[in-house]
Order: sequence, then C-alpha cells, then structure tokens
Amino acid sequence: MGKVIVVTSGKGGVGKTTSTAALGAALAQGGAKVVVVDFDVGLRNLDLVMGAERRVVYDLVNVIQGDAKLTQALIRDKRLQTLYLLPASQTRDKDNLTPEGVEKVITALRKNFDWVICDSPAGIERGATLAMRHADIAIVVTNPEVSSVRDSDRIIGLLDSKTVKAERGEQMEKHLLLTRYDPARAERGDMLKVDDVLEILSIPLLGIIPESMDVLRASNVGAPVTLSDDRSAPALAYFDAARRLNGETIPVTVPGEKRGFFGKFFGRKAA
Amino acid sequence: MSIFRFFSKPTSAPAARERLQVLLAHERASAGDSELVTVLRDEILAVIAKHMQIDSDKVNVTMERGLQMSTLAVDVEIPFDAVKKKKKAA
Ligand SMILES: Nc1ncnc2c1ncn2[C@@H]1O[C@H](COP(=O)(O)OP(=O)(O)OP(=O)(O)O)[C@@H](O)[C@H]1O
Ligand SMILES: [Mg+2]
Repeated sequence: MGKVIVVTSGKGGVGKTTSTAALGAALAQGGAKVVVVDFDVGLRNLDLVMGAERRVVYDLVNVIQGDAKLTQALIRDKRLQTLYLLPASQTRDKDNLTPEGVEKVITALRKNFDWVICDSPAGIERGATLAMRHADIAIVVTNPEVSSVRDSDRIIGLLDSKTVKAERGEQMEKHLLLTRYDPARAERGDMLKVDDVLEILSIPLLGIIPESMDVLRASNVGAPVTLSDDRSAPALAYFDAARRLNGETIPVTVPGEKRGFFGKFFGRKAA
Repeated sequence: MSIFRFFSKPTSAPAARERLQVLLAHERASAGDSELVTVLRDEILAVIAKHMQIDSDKVNVTMERGLQMSTLAVDVEIPFDAVKKKKKAA
C-alpha cells in the first residue's frame, strides 16, 4: 500500500505544482513508483510543468465519470519509467469532482503506487478539501511572507478537521516546505526568518527551497527541476526533502548561509 | 548567476514559446470538446465497441499534439473470440 501525500497551501502561486513535480520526480529517481495527480480542475498546470501537455488523452474527471479507465488516463513520463501523471480536466469545472469518485481513484492508485502525490488547487474550497481528503501526509508549502504563513495556518486547521484521518481521530502527518526562499532578502532582514515561521506554524520542516532561476528554466522546458538540472540548488533541496519523506534524517541547510557564490561555483567544477 | 552558466546553457524561453504555441492552438480549438484528435478518439473507440467488448487493458490510446500535425494511436488487442463474446453479452 502506497502513501498519499497532499501538497497544499491555501495561498496561490507559492510553489505547490513546482514542488509536486520536483518531489514526485525525485522519489521516482530513487526507484519508487510514483503518480502525481492534478486536482486543479479547470486550471491544470501540472501537465505543463511535467512536460506532458501534448500527450493528455483522458483526465481525472473522465475517470470519475466513467468515460475512461484509470489506466488509460495515466501518462507515463518519457524520462522516468516509474513516474506517472494523472491530469486534471481543463474543460470541466470542479463540481465534476465527487467525493465518492475521488475516493475510488485514490484507493486504486494507492494499491498500485508507492507514492500518490496530490497537487492541490489554491484556496480552501471543494478542490482543495477533496485533494487533502484521503491524504496520509500533508506538505504545507509556504513562502516566508505574512499572507502565505497566515493561509498555511488556515490550511493546517482544515487538515486537522476535514480529512478522513482527522475524522477517524488520527493525527495527520504534516510537513512544512518553505519555498522561494531568497537568501539576499534574508540577509537584509526583510524576510521572515525560518525559525519564526517554524515557531508560528509549529510543524516539522521538510526543506527549504531557494528562489532560483533554475525553477523558471525547468518549467520553460517542461521538466521537474530535479530532472532538468539535478545539480542546481533547488534540485538538491528537493532531493533532500524526498529523502526526508523516506524517513532519513538529514540536517536542513538554510540557502545562502553555508556556501556562498564561490562555494557553489567550485562545487560545480569539482563535480 | 554566474556568467559561465549563462554561456553553458541554451536559453529556455524559446522552448517555452514553442510549447505554449502548440498547447494553446489545441486548447483554443477544443473549446467545447471539439478538438479533432479527441473526436476521432471517441468515434474510433465507439466503432470498436460495436464489434467487441472493450476491455481497458486491451485498448491503449496515446495522443501527441503538434503544431503542424498531431498523432493518435489506438492499439487494440483483438482476441480470437472477441465477436462471440460480444454477442453473448448483448
Ligand atoms: N523556488 C522557486 N524559485 C523561483 N520561482 C519559483 C520557485 N517556486 C515556484 N516558482 C515560480 O512561482 C510560480 C508559481 O509556482 P507554482 O505554479 O508551482 O505555484 P502553485 O502554488 O502551484 O500555484 P497555484 O496556487 O496557482 O496552483 C511559477 O511561475 C513558478 O515557476
Ligand atoms: Mg498549482
């Protein structure tokens, strides 16, 4: 039985889809069988970030409505044999996602994959609550800025009340993924400190992903950043986060605090 | 970012532009589910279903959308007794 992860945030544009793709690929690169599921019905983007947008045959809503079988809707990644995508529908709206339908799909995926990673839409409406509903693990994606932290707190509340785990009286495993962390702004003291965010939200830290051009470049070419440039700073941070999901304990390094520009440059050359 | 990196990497924006052109051409055309490849897909599957019971493990559909041309591949495993089974089910 595989584990179901929801990548969620409340606030939009913080890096959920980027993180879903990067973590999904990183886990698959480690040999696990992974499916990433786009829950952003009407505004799908995971297909683009994964570079599979030209190959979508069927989507989540087709499967839920019985127009296609799950196996027909899954798209296998061209680069990684064990990575699959279940796209969201672009033409239907969220009402086509029924709780029963979602439950069926997740149950089937859980049986066939080691990891099922659900990319939640922004907000706290139906799409977001359905994406988190069957999760065993939640990754709360947060940017170090006030409105993002506030929305994350709201989402943590929902994770502890509106999910199957919560309703059974069990504890949802929650992790904080701090993304778009800008070392230069941190240096100037203009960004919330990692410790402050951790103290406010009080959930364990899965990783810190630096703000980086490599992420933009990856989305331009349609590859998760862990595939497009596996030596880049965000890729390394995502690889570490994936190892932590696998239960490894590795210390979290704050971007920019250990190795500066030269450290990075020589590190590259030596590799 | 280092200037060395700048020279060592091809720029990614042209790839982004090309991908978006293809994608949006298809999305615009498919407002209302009328994209030709999906129409063909559904009609071909309907024809197949007329003659045999469609078992999803035996029918594999792949599509690849391009700007000048798209491809649709429908792979069907047709068991020897497909017709008999269909008649029985009917
Ligand atoms: N570490 C990063 N460095 C630089 N840019 C980033 C980083 N992470 C995400 N981005 C950029 O931020 C934008 C939003 O990212 P993404 O689509 O992953 O967010 P999202 O939370 O899924 O958004 P939505 O709520 O709309 O679904 C994208 O343009 C992405 O390339
Ligand atoms: Mg998204």
